[in-house]
Amino acid sequence: MSGALRLLIVDDEAPARTRLRNLLDDVVAQVPTQVVAEAGDGIEALQRVEGLAIDIALIDIRMPRMDGIELARHLAGLAHPPAVIFVTAYDQYAVRAFELSAADYLLKPVKAARLAEALAKAIRSPTTAAAVSQAAEAIVPGGRRQLRCLERGKVLLVPVADVVYFKAEQKYVTARTREREYLIEESLAQLEGEFGQRFMRIHRNCLVARDAIAGYERDHDSAGESDPRWALLLSDIPERLVVSRRLWPQVKAALAGA
Amino acid sequence: MGQDAGGRRRQNLGTLRLPDFCNLGTWLRVLLAVNAMALLGAVHGTRRLAALSDAFVESAAYVEPIAIGSLILLCGGQRWFARLTPPLRVLATLLVPLACAAVTAALLAPLDEGQTSLLRIGFWTVLAVGMLLAWFDLAARAYAPAVAEARLMALTARIRPHFLFNSLNAVLGVIRSDPRRAETALEELAELFRSLMQENRDLVPLSSEIALSRQYLDLERLRLGERLEVRWDIESCPPDALVPPLMLQPLLENAVYHGIEPLGERGEIGVTFARRQDRLVFEIVNPCEQAQGGNHHAGNRMALDNIRERLALFFDLEATLTTQTEDRRFVVRIELPYRREGAN
Repeated sequence: MSGALRLLIVDDEAPARTRLRNLLDDVVAQVPTQVVAEAGDGIEALQRVEGLAIDIALIDIRMPRMDGIELARHLAGLAHPPAVIFVTAYDQYAVRAFELSAADYLLKPVKAARLAEALAKAIRSPTTAAAVSQAAEAIVPGGRRQLRCLERGKVLLVPVADVVYFKAEQKYVTARTREREYLIEESLAQLEGEFGQRFMRIHRNCLVARDAIAGYERDHDSAGESDPRWALLLSDIPERLVVSRRLWPQVKAALAGA
Repeated sequence: MGQDAGGRRRQNLGTLRLPDFCNLGTWLRVLLAVNAMALLGAVHGTRRLAALSDAFVESAAYVEPIAIGSLILLCGGQRWFARLTPPLRVLATLLVPLACAAVTAALLAPLDEGQTSLLRIGFWTVLAVGMLLAWFDLAARAYAPAVAEARLMALTARIRPHFLFNSLNAVLGVIRSDPRRAETALEELAELFRSLMQENRDLVPLSSEIALSRQYLDLERLRLGERLEVRWDIESCPPDALVPPLMLQPLLENAVYHGIEPLGERGEIGVTFARRQDRLVFEIVNPCEQAQGGNHHAGNRMALDNIRERLALFFDLEATLTTQTEDRRFVVRIELPYRREGAN
């Protein structure tokens, strides 16, 4: 990192953002910084940082539309994730989670000395994306609530709860909801790691939502073969998903158990 | 025996705590208790089940007029009794039912063929009044620590730390660009905390609760700006009505925390106060998004329980607090009797 640190400030209260900017000005001699983006909630922040390189993100936890925990999870998934410093007024539960996972945080009202210290630490040994995810998982379990999808330069958010299945096709992954498909910039392995509770692997290239499965039948394409494959029927959309021979015993057991 | 009991009580007659005879809860308890006693008496004096209802109706013919008559007289004369010294007041509370008993016995004597002696009715009346007074006294003593505890709860649970720290942070945020606004905000914060730390034992005029609430909302507006809108509809409510201290502010704080803050856009809190004859109705409405974390609701319930408990301490059964979620709106509704300073 050379020159001034590039910062993102996210807080839904305007005076709180002003306060952080004032303090950053005060400590600029110690830690040179430059605020390159500001946002009032997580969704706005994701839109603002698109195409920007951010070194450090100062993130309030409690915000409307998308809170700081969810935002941190999305930032951790970026190609160049910024170091995240959480800012909170009073949330003992979150503070304990930050301490356990070594994620850094500031308490409101923020003090200049403490801010400078946190920035210095973020340069020296930035909080890893893994630590941020771990803290986030401790505070709000079950992974992200939404997935980020880039469409014509615009950030779209797809609720994970709406996704019926993920399918890997050549270079990209698509998320299929009841209405349409979205392109996702994440690997199936990543998604399976985060949403293993909700989705089940049925094929090398496919994860399906457990509660979207309506039943199964013999796959017509392999009907003539001696060891035919099986396909899953979905409750919301008239599509069939082929289960790989290798995974069928596991899938069948999971379906029997459900 | 009746005199014995009276003699023993005379030593602490002055400290005996009498109930509010105009209170609906007192009436309910008295009537339930004397009817239960009448039923017990009927069960005790009857050998056959078929005769039980007759025996109960017979004693009820005495019990109801005596109980209701006494309550009416005690409620009506409450102000006059209040001027007596404490021992005399207790004596009066005993004499009123006895007089009712004498009148009832005289009226019913022709119907009863003189089977029930005046002495017997007098004995049962004194016994019932004695037991009821002892019980009300005990209940009042048991509640007294609860009042103190409720005040303590008011101190700890009233203002969320979330609000305090965020407000201080917001003041620091405007202090350089708008020092005057910061000054006002700190003054408001100080006044808010002064109210919170007062002895909140007595009912306060509604007007002071409204003033406190406006100050609180002004502080929240510093943080939330345009996002917070409040619609007041309170013209038809008398400002001199007495209400429990800190009844409104916590409800508004709930409304801001659960209704406005999670909202991505501008949100409105509706405050409606109205008087319906001798009842006051307060309604606070805030927007309510479905997908909220569970712990938010827990905090909400705690604040509501706190207010509900304090309403019960001040008004017993005559005040109610109900909540309802309808069509993305959360409604808190409080009803209580209209009381004014000096008019009790």
